[in-house]
Amino acid sequence: MSGQPFFRFDWVWDHRDDIMTRLGEHLELTLIAVFLGFLIAFPISLFAYRHRRVYAPITWVAGILYTIPSLALFAFLAPFTGLSVTTAEMGLVSYTLLILIRNIVGGLDGVPEDVREVARGMGYTPRQMLWKVELPLAVPVIFAGVRIATVTTIGLVTVTALIGQGGFGYFILQGLSRFFSTATILGAVLSIALAVLADRLLIAMEHRLTPWARARGGAV
Amino acid sequence: METFQDVTAWFSDPVNWSGPQGIPQRLMEHLQYSWVAVLLAAPVGVALGTYIGHARRFEFITVTTANLGRALPSFAILALAFPIALHYNLGFSIWPTVAALFFLAVPPILTNTYVGVKEVDADTVESARGMGMSGSQVLRRIEVPLAAPLIVTGIRTAAVQVVATATLAAVVAGGGLGRFIVDGFARQRGDMILGGAFLVAALAILTEVFFAFVERSVKPRTASQDRSRFKPPYRHAAQAGRPGGDGYVPGA
Amino acid sequence: MTKMITLDDVTKRFGGSAEVAVRGLSMEIDEGEIVVLVGPSGCGKTTTMKMINRLIEPTSGTITVAGSDVMRHDPVQLRRTIGYVIQNVGLMPHRTIEQNIATVPRLLNWKAERIRDRVRELLDIFDLSDGLLDRYPSELSGGQRQRVGVARALAADPPVMLMDEPFGAVDPIIRARLQDQFLDIQRQLQKTVVFVTHDIDEAIQMSDRIAILNQGAKIEQMAAPEEILRTPTNDFVRNFVGAERGLRRLGLIRIADIEVEEGPVVQSDASVSEARAAMEKFDFDWTTVLEGERLLGWIDASDLEVHDSVAKTQPRPFSAHVVANDSLRQALDSIVTSRTHIAVVVSDGDKYEGILTMARISREIIS
Repeated sequence: MSGQPFFRFDWVWDHRDDIMTRLGEHLELTLIAVFLGFLIAFPISLFAYRHRRVYAPITWVAGILYTIPSLALFAFLAPFTGLSVTTAEMGLVSYTLLILIRNIVGGLDGVPEDVREVARGMGYTPRQMLWKVELPLAVPVIFAGVRIATVTTIGLVTVTALIGQGGFGYFILQGLSRFFSTATILGAVLSIALAVLADRLLIAMEHRLTPWARARGGAV
Repeated sequence: METFQDVTAWFSDPVNWSGPQGIPQRLMEHLQYSWVAVLLAAPVGVALGTYIGHARRFEFITVTTANLGRALPSFAILALAFPIALHYNLGFSIWPTVAALFFLAVPPILTNTYVGVKEVDADTVESARGMGMSGSQVLRRIEVPLAAPLIVTGIRTAAVQVVATATLAAVVAGGGLGRFIVDGFARQRGDMILGGAFLVAALAILTEVFFAFVERSVKPRTASQDRSRFKPPYRHAAQAGRPGGDGYVPGA
Repeated sequence: MTKMITLDDVTKRFGGSAEVAVRGLSMEIDEGEIVVLVGPSGCGKTTTMKMINRLIEPTSGTITVAGSDVMRHDPVQLRRTIGYVIQNVGLMPHRTIEQNIATVPRLLNWKAERIRDRVRELLDIFDLSDGLLDRYPSELSGGQRQRVGVARALAADPPVMLMDEPFGAVDPIIRARLQDQFLDIQRQLQKTVVFVTHDIDEAIQMSDRIAILNQGAKIEQMAAPEEILRTPTNDFVRNFVGAERGLRRLGLIRIADIEVEEGPVVQSDASVSEARAAMEKFDFDWTTVLEGERLLGWIDASDLEVHDSVAKTQPRPFSAHVVANDSLRQALDSIVTSRTHIAVVVSDGDKYEGILTMARISREIIS
């Protein structure tokens, strides 16, 4: 153990192809999870927005899913769906739901009441109101939700290494099982870097998506 | 269902309730990691957050911490602690795990405290100063009591996250309830995996519920009915982008 | 005058509650007039207005716009034909000024070209620069936002405008400017406007007719502002209009609307005795001096003792000039601040029209 150097750059260089493969895997697992999560969360959120009473129970259920530690959630699913991508995605998707639902509904709630009233007064149909006024105005908050969900998922993907998936998590596990610090550090650093990078990138996109929020400086 | 019976059998087997690999022992280990980490992180986070929120200096620290705290994958941090500990010959103690958990616990406590102190109504602070309160009196009598609910929210977020992440200590050669899951996978024992998962989930949810009660008991005394102050309608944008507002507990 | 909007026995009860927001209200509004609904908060004035474009559905009764029952129209289509402005403007923060103004024309599927021209025309009418087109609402001043709000409501040239405290969110100076500007524009456009406010001064200034509403939208009095100030029908109206009723009325009357007094006048080439005769005729100790119709100033009895003709005197200028378009309230202000306690009325700069005295003005208040 101690005879071995703390970090071996040559090993990293030798495994550069492997790193790229794991990067692709990591991104794929993340994107599928966020995409499916959004696909599920969006209609649920619209429903909860229209029918306020179901919002509390929906977030309650999503909140429980969110609170269950990832390893436990994968453990619950593994006996049924095996050590498969399905197991990984089911777990990852379920973590995105609370974040996405809260932000979609919160974004819609945040639309100023006077804008809503005037839009109605000018003759927007309820459908036009949703798609042309409420959702565009909710974009910053919804997108922030997508960003948080993405970053969270990137972190969680590493854990799926334990059920045979894992992207960069693979290196972590490999290093841990062989007491090989280089692999563990590589996996950890890469997944941290990926998460931070994704966060920065999505914040930048958020700014581009909402030019009106950038426009400041006029009198109130 | 067959598996369900297996799990019940696993729980009723007295072997699982005693010895160094029994449920009580694993639970104690789990709680030890979690409590030590949170007990160390809370004073650090609260003190830093209070100071920054009160003095309005070094505010960039909270922003950076908030962003990093959200982006850092907890498993990666935990995994990172292990080789570092080995390298410095700290060996197999609870400290590498506790240190990693500590780093994960500080950000939510720090940012929530900061936001809570900072968002205390400016008029309230001004009138307190106007009545002749000193800076530290304003802090002790006005800002900290009014920020209390958010401080508790921060601790709750941290605690739930820490309890969840402590599960992964088992992967990194540690103990805790996660051991059942990891060992279960290794030995292909479905009953053990599910039993462990059940224990871990229950502990996380209990932690959440416990702190929810604490939060509720702190709230009416201080924040009266004015919860809207922390959630103004169109400030959701800021709210959602900012972990300080309402805890997003990464499922570790 | 044809009736543009009629309300016939309209009642609104909210959510089955016993309290009635609007009780059996009937009202007729002529084409091209501004009717201001004014009353204490909770009197049902906003509810009344919102029933016209069906933002609130009446419980019973009939509302017609341009002769047809609003309930027979699809509410969404109906609203596109009625301009709507509210206090907080409600500009869409994610749309540029151009897109905001173009809202209703777009809903009505106008051609892009026509929308473009219309938006520019409106900017011009409202004295807003073209440079604002690509700006977002958060970049505008409060006054600009309010103007964009009104311009947006006018975009599709609706015959009817509903305005709910449209100038309520800006400071008094800007508000006065916006009110004047709107009245200017209204003179050309001749829209039928229903205007809600709780400010009696704004009501007096903006309206052709005021409806003073009590709880349940009960009309206490509906008349021209001048008449409401002159002859309030009951204590509610009297209280609501307030103690300065007389002064407010003076604000409504133009000097041109009343007969000014002739006053003592002599030509600059007159003799001393002619000047004395002019003063005696009005029992004044001074007289105005004219050259033809041109106002030179005034002289008093002491000037005539030292000079042997009016021509040799040095007429002093009047401290208070008012013009025909000023209100009696402004004239009164001039009178109380002038030494002679009169206000001289001129037109075209220095053409003498006559004088106004305190006595003459108080006759107008009493009448």
